[in-house]
Amino acid sequence: MERDLVDALAELREDEALAIVRERLEAGADPLSIFDDAKRAMEIVGQRFSDSEYFIPELVYAGEILKEIAALVKPKMSAGTEMARLGTVIVGTVAGDIHDIGKDIVVFMLDVNGFDVLDLGVDVPVQRFVDSIQESGSSVVGLSGFLTLAFQSMKDTIEAIDGAGLRDRVKIMIGGGPIDEQVRSFTGADAYGKDAMAAVELAKGWLAAEGAVA
Amino acid sequence: MMTTTAETKTWAELTPGERQSARFEGWLAAEGITFDSSEAEATYKAGVTRFRDVIELKKAPDRVPIVLNCTFMPADLYGVDPYDLMYDLKVLMDTFRRFLVDYRPDYYFTPLIIGSGKVLEILDCKQVAWPGHGVSKHQGYQYIEGEYMRDEEYRALIDDPTDFWLRGYMPRVFGALEPLSRISAFTDLWEVVLVTGQMIPFGVPDVQAALTALLEAGREALAYIEQVGPFEGEARGMGFASAAGGISKAPFDILADTLRGTRATMIDMHRRPELVLEAIERLTPLAIKQGVSGATAQANPLVFMPLHKGADGFMSDEQFRTFYWPSLKAVCLGLIEEGCVPYLFCEGGYESRLEYLAELPPGTTFCHFDHTNMARAKEVLGGKVCIGGNVPASLILTGTADEVRAYCKELIDTVAPGGGYVMAFGTAMDEGKPETVHAMVDFTKEYGVYR
Repeated sequence: MERDLVDALAELREDEALAIVRERLEAGADPLSIFDDAKRAMEIVGQRFSDSEYFIPELVYAGEILKEIAALVKPKMSAGTEMARLGTVIVGTVAGDIHDIGKDIVVFMLDVNGFDVLDLGVDVPVQRFVDSIQESGSSVVGLSGFLTLAFQSMKDTIEAIDGAGLRDRVKIMIGGGPIDEQVRSFTGADAYGKDAMAAVELAKGWLAAEGAVA
Repeated sequence: MMTTTAETKTWAELTPGERQSARFEGWLAAEGITFDSSEAEATYKAGVTRFRDVIELKKAPDRVPIVLNCTFMPADLYGVDPYDLMYDLKVLMDTFRRFLVDYRPDYYFTPLIIGSGKVLEILDCKQVAWPGHGVSKHQGYQYIEGEYMRDEEYRALIDDPTDFWLRGYMPRVFGALEPLSRISAFTDLWEVVLVTGQMIPFGVPDVQAALTALLEAGREALAYIEQVGPFEGEARGMGFASAAGGISKAPFDILADTLRGTRATMIDMHRRPELVLEAIERLTPLAIKQGVSGATAQANPLVFMPLHKGADGFMSDEQFRTFYWPSLKAVCLGLIEEGCVPYLFCEGGYESRLEYLAELPPGTTFCHFDHTNMARAKEVLGGKVCIGGNVPASLILTGTADEVRAYCKELIDTVAPGGGYVMAFGTAMDEGKPETVHAMVDFTKEYGVYR
């Protein structure tokens, strides 16, 4: 039974996945066990995306089915139990740029790979990144941008983080359509990622290194 | 030889190749254009001939052609606000004119793609954030993705696209036209018994207000085109050719960019794939018609098509083969049939799609690449399809003139031998840097000569 939900969701069989969730809820199953299966399914989806078996249509569709499952399960939950997470990553599209598709894919992939993501949205003012680092204590920041004006906004954001005395506390990655090594060097970011999988690898690497140090 | 044949046949009797020749000859002839000087005329004609040679691949052109593909870049180069480009026609014209004189590309992107801020304002356009309306006056416009077509509206679109555009899409993207959603379908009108009924909605005050907004937008657009329209002729007179006659899109992108938005379309590919395919099929002949009519009106065979959702990574090879390529190929073949030259602006990476592009008839199409590996593009498409682009925006904006020259040298050495390559930025530039843009143009003019 449990395996069925994992399969149905990972294979994107929407009707079947939702039917299983309804049946299990009606049978009095623990809502958390449903979330657990959903999480395992999303890990498979993320892995298949990394392996180029799945593409954006599958990520978006899996996310949509997950949303429907959450809507069914949440009313039955008494209290939330937090799962162990790898750490928090702050992500946002930089000031002046309102593109969100690429950023949302990165957020999704970080999430299914076990990170808490603080998604600041699009057109994020420089100061909000600084404040979020201070408030969350997060040590990894991802700056997204699709337009060339984002080059300067990324540079400004990183300079402001530096100006607030936080530069040593965070690793900063940048990404988006026109972003490459040239832009990384221009902005002073620690790394650039070509795609969402690169963002996951970078965040994992940095947090692991941190753990090793601590 | 081909010309003689073409002259004695009607358009319907011409082969696609003869039609392409006729369109190139019309572009070259520049009927009705008064050139500023004999030198300007020679420059223009050399430019058009160069483009024809690079597309047709029968011989190498005299040198590597140069397109400066840009949107708001001319404003940025001169410290002009994008807001002023959209609101002050004199600034728009002066900026683009000055840009041509100073940078001297072979082919330019028309100022018409900037559009009028006032027209957008009158219509209360919801689909774009433009300078002073959703983005600062110092930056260009940005598209706002949305579900401008609902999931239950596929049938309406497929049954009658024009009716859907009028009563579904336009009322949603233009706040001022929202009341048009309440008029009746015009195909409901037949014979006397229905005439009066059909007119009723037009008497309702809010529908009348929508029509007034249309009239006002029309007056503004006419004033705009009266000033900006002559730019094309003026630029030709100065020796420059436009990089586009007509414009069109991949049918999948019309659905995924314009109507449903990326997210909804991607879900539709799973939930209702038959409707997606049916809608795309319905849009295909419309995309061909749009491209051909623009190319004919401008007497320029190039039909510019910005390609989006088919790029590397967006969808699988199987999905590309099912959802994206067949209709895009049909549009290209439809344009080629009419003698037009599809100008595929392949944004993002296109490396995994090169083999598909190689299916197009040789010597008919221009594929402009962004991040694609150009050596591989040349390998797959060499001798079949003209390729271009790939100078990164990042290099132009944050690199030095020397770095740009080195990059262009590498590109020319790798991709230009034998012809079939056009120097251009990878993406349509909103911004620029004078020394690097000059370096790209000047270096190519010098180093890119075929000897």
